[in-house]
This record gives sequence, C-alpha cells and structure tokens, in this order.
Amino acid sequence: MTVQSGAIPPPPSRTLLQRLPDLALWGGLIVLLMVAFGPAEINKLPLLFSKSENMQQFGSEFLKPDFTDWKLYVGQMWLTIQIALWGTGLAILAAVPLGLLASRNMSPSFIQIPVRRFLDIVRSAPDLVIGTIFIVAVGPGPFAGVMALAINTSGVLAKLFSEAVESIDRGPVEGVRATGAHKLHEIVWGVIPQVAPLWTSYALYRFESNSRSATVLGLIGAGGIGQLLFDSLNGFAYSRTAAIVVIIIAAVSLIDMLSQAIRSRLL
Amino acid sequence: MKPAYYGKAPTTLMPDAAVLSIRNVSKTFGQRRALDGVSLNVTKGEMIALIGPSGSGKSTLLRSISALQTIDAGPGEIVAFDGPVQKDGKIDSNVRKTRTRIGMIFQQFNLVGRLSLFTNVALGSLGRISFWQAALGLWPAETKLAVMAALHRFGVSDYATQRANTLSGGQQQRGAIARALVQKAKIILADEPVASLDPVSARRVMEILRELNKTDGLTVLVTLHQVDYALRYCDRVVALKAGKVVYDGPSDGLKREQLIDIYGPEFEDVFWEGAPT
Repeated sequence: MTVQSGAIPPPPSRTLLQRLPDLALWGGLIVLLMVAFGPAEINKLPLLFSKSENMQQFGSEFLKPDFTDWKLYVGQMWLTIQIALWGTGLAILAAVPLGLLASRNMSPSFIQIPVRRFLDIVRSAPDLVIGTIFIVAVGPGPFAGVMALAINTSGVLAKLFSEAVESIDRGPVEGVRATGAHKLHEIVWGVIPQVAPLWTSYALYRFESNSRSATVLGLIGAGGIGQLLFDSLNGFAYSRTAAIVVIIIAAVSLIDMLSQAIRSRLL
Repeated sequence: MKPAYYGKAPTTLMPDAAVLSIRNVSKTFGQRRALDGVSLNVTKGEMIALIGPSGSGKSTLLRSISALQTIDAGPGEIVAFDGPVQKDGKIDSNVRKTRTRIGMIFQQFNLVGRLSLFTNVALGSLGRISFWQAALGLWPAETKLAVMAALHRFGVSDYATQRANTLSGGQQQRGAIARALVQKAKIILADEPVASLDPVSARRVMEILRELNKTDGLTVLVTLHQVDYALRYCDRVVALKAGKVVYDGPSDGLKREQLIDIYGPEFEDVFWEGAPT
C-alpha cells in the first residue's frame, strides 16, 4: 500500500437540488393525505368518543358469547380450514410450473413475459368475484370457495415462487449442468433445493391467509363458518356472533402459530 | 488411420489421440474481448495449467469448453472427443452427451448446499441413468457404490450424509472432484480449484488432480492463479494475456522474462511460495 499525500477530502454532502426528489416525494404524500381527508370522512373521528354509549350497548351483548351450538361452529370452522387446505394445495400445484415459467433466469423472455402478465391478471381478480363466478358455475357450496382461493392464490404464489427462483445462486445449477444433466434435472437438483425453504414458507403463509379469506367467502354462500357468521349477524344474534368470532380468532391464531413455528424451523 | 464415417463428412478432423481441440475461438463481452482467436490442442493424458492475470480469459475458455457459455459467431469452434461442443456461436444440440465426459470443477465448488454430500456426488450420474431415475433421485446400486468409493478415496466418506454447506472448502472441493469421478469424466476442467482454499487444502486438491491424471489417465486442464502450483504440478503451461495465447510449452520453459511479459514487473505476487530468480 502506498501512503496518500495531500489534503483529506471532505465528507459527502448533498446539494438542495439532489434533495429535491426526496422533498417532492414527502411533500406529495402530505398533499395526497390532505386531499383524501374529506372523502374519507376523517372529520367524523370525534364521533367515536361522543357516541361511545351506542358502542357500549352493542359491545355488552358481544361480551356474553353464546356457546350452546359450539359443536356446529367447530364443525363449520373445520370445513372452512378444509376449504383453505384444498384451495392452497391446488394453488401450489399450479404455482410450481407457472413460477418457473415466469422466472427470467429459467425461461426465455417470449414465455416469461406473457406468463408474468397472465399472473398479474389472475392475481388482480378478487376472491369474491371469482367465487361468485364459480357459484354460478358449480352451485353454492365449499367447492366454489376452494376454486376461488385456488385461482387467486396460484397467481400470488407463482409470482412469489418466481422471485425466489430469480434470486438463486447460478453456481450450483451450473455444477449440475456440467454433469450433462437434462434441463429438468437441473431444475429438480439445482434450483428446487435452493428455493425449497422460501417456497414452503410462502405456501404456509398463504395457507394462513387463506383460512382467513375462506371465512369471508362464506358471505357469498361458499359454505363454512363464514356463512354461519353472516347469518347470525343478519339475525341480530350478537351473542351467537360473538361465539363464532371467538372460534374463528382461536382457529386462525392457532394456524398462524403453527405455520410460524414450521417456517422458523425451515429458514 | 482415418475414421470411418457415413453421409456428410465432418467439417473437422482431430489429430490422433487429441481429446480436445479449440480452434480460433473468440468471445466478446460488450466492448471487452475475453478471448481473441484462441487455438489449443489437448492430447489424451495431458495435465495442462492455464495461467494469466485476472481477466485474461482463463475462466471464459474453460466455461466455453463445457458450453456453459457461447462463443462469438464466426469461424471459431470447440471439439471434444469426436463431438462438436460449439461452433459459430451456437451450442451443439448433442452437447449433453459430450458434457457427461467432461467433469467441471469450480472455484466456488458449486455443490448444492442444502443437499447431502452423497446426493451431490450422485448427481454425477445424472447424464447416464434413466430420465425418471434421475428426476426422482432413485440412484442405482452402481451409482451408490461409485459415490462411496469416490468419497472414500478422497477421505471425505465420513461426511456423506452431511449437508454440503456445512463442510469446509477443502472437503467441498474434494466432493466436487468425486462428482466428476462418478460422472466417469475423461477430461477434467478445473476453474481456479484452489483459489478459495487455504494452502494445505489447496495442495491436497492439486495432488488429487495430479493423481487422477497419473493413475487414472484423465486429461486435466486447470486454471491457476498461483504460478508455482502450475510449475510444480503440470507438464505443460498455456499462458493467456488479454485473451491471446502468449505462451504454450513445457512448464520448465517458462522463464523470468516470459513471466514479466505475462504478469508485468510485479510478477512475484502470483507465487505463493517464492518466485524463480
């Protein structure tokens, strides 16, 4: 190493012009929030406190959950979880090939780009809309819920899967290729082992959020605990509603904890 | 003896005993010429060191030979055994068959970290076993025995069930060589195989390569950053500078003047254990 001579250069500093993009971004965000203040009715914020006695009355019924039909609730909760299980399972089956096809480092751009756009479309269609379409096609019931979850989730998972594939280390793949392996064997032995922990983690996370979404799907008649929830809510049976909500919260947090435990072991 | 062939005559003929022929190969990355009209003939059983400063095209040449990258379109071609590897910027469609006979060793080992050492070495048989056996990892008994024999030979059989990324660099590199052995490779291309290793592991790996060359009769082409290793372990040295071959001859013919020409006046830096005077 040679010793440098001369003055020590000054520390880096940014001119006003260089800071301008940052200022514009933050300023724009503040302006946007101010514009949205009226339409979002944020001025009603004080009502939360001035009308608190209404909420108290409503809440007191909720505090007396009625568990007489608990067997029915647990059974329907289990049905909801089974809908989520199959919805996620089918989505994983579709997402593995789609995710590989959508990865820039796995497939040529004339396949990769159309697959990406297709996934964007699949992802942007809400569960509720797809569910309604399937209720028309196959009739109301759990299967419509399964299909609604499967389609939306395969779009999301395929995108997440492809991003995991795009960030792999090329070296081991080249190591497998250099043995004279088939392209598919490169994927099985070079790519999948590298992405397996992330893929599993994403799939488990989607199972978690699907067991929540499956509840909402009951709203449109896709069966499960959600349907019971909305029926009792519409019948002003707040004590029964409270019991159902407790069971949903318990089940969803149980699934959350379980899948988090599995995921933390994987990574 | 002329080889017998039918139909279209091959455009290329290899001299007897030649296993690898590189003819007028160029490779450009953007504006930079990594290889500039390189020609090289390798005979069966040779052990050749490929030396030269960083960026001289050593790795590019090895990666072109195993068709991990394409060469520039033009007259250049690479032929291994009797099969073309690539020609005129296009990789030959039968390259997988040729690749099974060429083992590649990398600086970063390129084992699949989450797979066991055993599985990594068994991957060497991918090109030889049936499609479904390979896809499902149903290794035939012959592969399993070959894997354990290779691991045992290089002293890493105790780690067979361990994940590759839990092993030291030297153990991983010996695993990578075992993979090439299970592959039944006839040529070994080693791209800076010792650059990521400590001196003791480095010597061990170089001795293994030398042994494979001497006792198994494998042809070895190894790029090295340490010129003393090139001189000690290889019979023939090919030096690249700015993508051109500037020396091709016996390793004892490489004198101070040539080294200054290749590496510049600070050439002592490329010796780990002292430069020749």
